[in-house]
Amino acid sequence: MNAPLDMKHVFRGGGDQERLVVIGNGMAGCRAVEEILARDPARYAVTIFGAEPRVNYNRIMLSPVLSGEKAFDEIVINDAAWYADNAVTLVSGDAVVHIDRAARTVVTRSGRVEEYDRLLIATGSDPFIIPIPGRDLAGVVTFRDLDDVERMLSAAERGGSAVVIGGGLLGLEAAHGLSLRGMAVTVIHLMPTLMERQLDEAAGWLLKAELESRGQTILTGADTAEILGEDGHVSGVRLKDGREIPASLLVMAVGIRPATALAKAAGLEVERGIVVDDHMVTSDPAVLAVGECVQHRGACYGLVAPLWDMCRALADHACDTPSGYAGSVTSTKLKVSGIDLFSAGDFSGGEGCEDIVMRDAARGLYKRVVVKDNRLIGAVLYGDTADGNWYFDMLRSGEDISAIREALIFGQAFASGGTQLDPNAAVAALSDGAEICGCNGVSKGRVVGCILGGANTLDAVRASCKASASCGSCTGLVESLLGLTLGGEVARTVKTVCKCTSFTHDDVRRLIVANAFRAIPQVMQELHWSTPDGCASCRPALNYYLLCALPGEYVDDQKSRFVNERMHANIQKDGTYSVVPRMWGGLTNPRELRAIADVVEKFNAPMVKVTGGQRLDIFGIKKEDLPAVWADLNAAGMVSGHAYGKSLRTVKTCVGSEWCRFGTQDSTGLGVQIEQMTWGSWMPHKFKIAVSGCPRNCAEATIKDFGIICVDSGYELHVGGNGGIKVRVTDVLGKVETEAQAMELCAAFIQLYREKAHYLERTAPWIERIGLEAVKAGLFDDAGAVAALAARFAYSQSFMQDDPWAKRAAGEDAELHQHLGEFRPFPAPDLELPAVLEPAA
Amino acid sequence: MTGEWLDIGAITQIAPGNARTLPVQGGDEIAVFHTLDNQFYALVNKCPHKAGPLSQGIVHGTVVTCPLHNWNISLKTGEALGGGPDELGACVPTIPLRVDAGRIYLLRAAVVGKTAA
Repeated sequence: MNAPLDMKHVFRGGGDQERLVVIGNGMAGCRAVEEILARDPARYAVTIFGAEPRVNYNRIMLSPVLSGEKAFDEIVINDAAWYADNAVTLVSGDAVVHIDRAARTVVTRSGRVEEYDRLLIATGSDPFIIPIPGRDLAGVVTFRDLDDVERMLSAAERGGSAVVIGGGLLGLEAAHGLSLRGMAVTVIHLMPTLMERQLDEAAGWLLKAELESRGQTILTGADTAEILGEDGHVSGVRLKDGREIPASLLVMAVGIRPATALAKAAGLEVERGIVVDDHMVTSDPAVLAVGECVQHRGACYGLVAPLWDMCRALADHACDTPSGYAGSVTSTKLKVSGIDLFSAGDFSGGEGCEDIVMRDAARGLYKRVVVKDNRLIGAVLYGDTADGNWYFDMLRSGEDISAIREALIFGQAFASGGTQLDPNAAVAALSDGAEICGCNGVSKGRVVGCILGGANTLDAVRASCKASASCGSCTGLVESLLGLTLGGEVARTVKTVCKCTSFTHDDVRRLIVANAFRAIPQVMQELHWSTPDGCASCRPALNYYLLCALPGEYVDDQKSRFVNERMHANIQKDGTYSVVPRMWGGLTNPRELRAIADVVEKFNAPMVKVTGGQRLDIFGIKKEDLPAVWADLNAAGMVSGHAYGKSLRTVKTCVGSEWCRFGTQDSTGLGVQIEQMTWGSWMPHKFKIAVSGCPRNCAEATIKDFGIICVDSGYELHVGGNGGIKVRVTDVLGKVETEAQAMELCAAFIQLYREKAHYLERTAPWIERIGLEAVKAGLFDDAGAVAALAARFAYSQSFMQDDPWAKRAAGEDAELHQHLGEFRPFPAPDLELPAVLEPAA
Repeated sequence: MTGEWLDIGAITQIAPGNARTLPVQGGDEIAVFHTLDNQFYALVNKCPHKAGPLSQGIVHGTVVTCPLHNWNISLKTGEALGGGPDELGACVPTIPLRVDAGRIYLLRAAVVGKTAA
C-alpha cells in the first residue's frame, strides 16, 4: 500500500479534478489541504466536513483563550475568505457519520451524501472520560474544543470552585485558565508526579510547588471515586480515600483517545489509532488519514508538531511526489504564563546514558540533559527554557556533542563560546572581583588570597574567609579554585553523603533544619543534587533526616526505605522474611508463647530461634503471609519488635532485685518502662539498650548503645557500646539516683544521637568521631538541654508509637504484600480463566 | 494486543519507585518495576549475585539496588553495574515490556520462555 495509486485512470463524475473529501476541519485536516494546495492547487476539488460549526482554529491556543490572554479571533487559522479563495467547500456543523468505501461516498448526520476519489480522515481525538458515577452530570466538561471553553467560561462567571481531574498538560492549562478567571481550583492527579509523561520527579515537584504558590490546590496520588451531584448538576467529587471536594465545575482532562470509530466501522485497519504507512495511507489505498487519529509505526501522537511532518508526507504522496514520514521526536512546553517548562525525548536514563544535571535553587532552575553515545537523547528544563530549541535541534539531528559535552548543560551561549569548555577554565577566567560565595560576599580574589596564605583545604578556606561555609552551594567553585591555585587535583577533604551531592551529612542535616525543607525532591533541588532522583544511599538518609526534623508533619517516603523497613520484617537469603514480635524487656507469657507457636504451625515456619535480644524470631514467612501473621500476633497483644529497623531494637534486662540475690534495683521493670518509652522511634542506625541489675552485668549493658548498670546508690549510665565487628565498651555518661532521671537522660541521649549522627552511623563510631566530651557538652553545658531534648523525643514519639503491623494487618499498603497476579502458561481450556489471575481486591 | 503480548494489569497497580511481582507457574518469578521517571521494566526477580528478590530493592534512576548485598542492577539490561570482579558479565534476564493505554504488557514468549515445551 506504499505505492501512490494512479488515480488518473479512475472515472470521475464531474470536471477533470479528483474529488478529495476531508473528514475533520481541525488543524491536521486543514494543514493537509494547505500542503496539497501549495503543491498543486488545481489537482483536487476539496470538500471539508467539520463537526464544529466554525472555521478552522488553532486548538492548542484554547488555553490562552480560557485564561483570557487571547480572543477566539486571534486563534483562527483559516477564516471564511481562505475557504472561498481556495475554492474549498466547507461543510461545518454537519458531522460525517458513515463511510461507504465500496461506493466511495461519505454520509453526514443530516443525510448529505458526498462522493470522493480520495478520502482523508482527520478526525483527531476524543477526550477520555473516566467511567465513574456522576460523569453525565451537568457541569462536567472536557477540554477539547471552543464549546468546552465557553462552558468553562460561563461557569467561571458564576465563580465558586472547580475541580480538574488530570494533572497532565491539558489539565494544568485548564486549571491555570480557571484560576485566572477567579475560580478556586483543585487539581486531582492519579500519579504522584504532575505531567509524569514529560517530567521527572524533580521537575514535577518544582511545578507543583509553583502552582500551589499561585493558590491552586494540587492533590497528587489522588484517585477519584465518584462525581457528586445535586439536582442533576455537579456539586463536588469524592476521592477513594474518602475526601470530598466541593465544586460547581468539573473538568475531565485525563487524556485523549484517537477518534477511530468512523474508520473502524468502515472496516479500515485500526489498532490504537487508524493504521497508516509512511505516506499516511490506510489499509484502503483510496483512504488517507492524518493527525491524532492515526497510528504510525506503532506510535500515536497527541501533540501538534508531528502533524506538520505528517501533512508534508501526505501532500507529497497525494501529489505523486512521495517522500515518506519517519515518525517524530516530540517536545512539550507548558502554556502557563510565568512557568517555563520544556521536555523532549527520552529521559529515562539507563545503560550508556549519562545524566547531566544542573540545579540553581536561587533561580528556581532545574536542567537535565541525557547523553548517550555522544548524542543528546533527552532534556527536561524547568525555570529557564531558553535553550529548549537548541537542545531539541541537537536531539533531532543526532549530532555528535562530544566537543561541547562539558559545557552542554550551561546552554548554547556558553557552549558556543568555544574557548571555555572546561569548567575549571571558566572559573579561571573569572575576574578577581567575581563573587564566589553569595552568602558571605566573598570574591574570587579573596578566596585565592586565603589559599595562597596557607588555607590549602576546603575546611581551611571555610575557616579563614567563610567562603562555602554557609549554604555550601559554591563548594565546587572553591574546590576548583583550590585546584587552580595549588596546581593539580586537590584531594577531597570532605566525605559527602554519596556521589549524588557535594554536601556532607552534617551540611545536609543543618540545611534541612535551617531552610525548613519538607520533601526529598525539595532537598535535592535546593542542594543541587547531581542526579535526578538520588541513589540507594542518599534517599534513605534524606528520608530519615526529614522524618527527624519534622515529626508529625513529614510523610514517610516508603520508596526511600530499605526493604526491611518497608516490609516491617527482616529479609532472608531466600527472599522470605523473619518476624520478631516485641517482648517488653524480654518478658513473655503463655498467651504470647501460644500465639507464636500457633503462627509457627499455621504458616509452616521452618525455624524459630531465640535472639540475642531476648526475643523469639520466626523464620521463613512469605511476604504474602506477613499481614496474616501480624494479625494473629496482634490478637495476642503483641506488636512489632522493629528487629528490622534503623530504630530502637530491644531493651535487654536481667531479673534484678525481684528474683536475683545480687540484684540492687528492679532492672526488669526499668527495662520494660524504657522500652515502652522508646519503641517505634526511627534512628540513624539500630539502637540497643540493656539494663543490668548489678555490676555483674548479666544483661551485657556495657556493649549497648545505651546501658544502665544498677548499683545500690542508683544508676550508672553508659553510652556508645557495640558488640559487633568491632567490639567497643561503653563510655560512662554519668550516674543518677532515680529511675525517672535515668529515663530522662536515656531519652535525651537518644534525641541527641537522632539529631546529630550521620545516617547509618551507630553510637560507637559517632562518639569516636565527635568525642565523648562533645556528647556531654550537648547534654550538660546548657542547664535545660536534657529536659529540652527529652521533650523533643517525647513529642516525636507521640507520632511514632503506632504499631506498623496493626496497620498492615488492617490492609494498609496491601499491594506491598500481594503479587500483581499469577501467570499460568497453560490454563485448563474448559475453565476459560485469563492467563493472568489478578489478586482479589 | 492479545496473543503476542500478555496484559498483566493497569499501570496504576505499581506506584512510582516500586515494583510488583508476577509468579510464573513452572518458571521464574518476574519483577515489574515502575521508576520515578515513569518508565516500566520487567526482570526475572533474581539478583545474578545470590538470587535476591530485586523487586524488594530501592529503585533509583533505571537501577535497582538488590536488598541482600546492595548490588546495583540495570533495569534496562539486567546487568550488574558495580564493575567488581564478580559483577563483570553478571546479568539477569529482562522481559520485553510495553505500556499501552494505561496497561502493562509483557512479551508472552519471554514470559513463557523457560516453561513452554
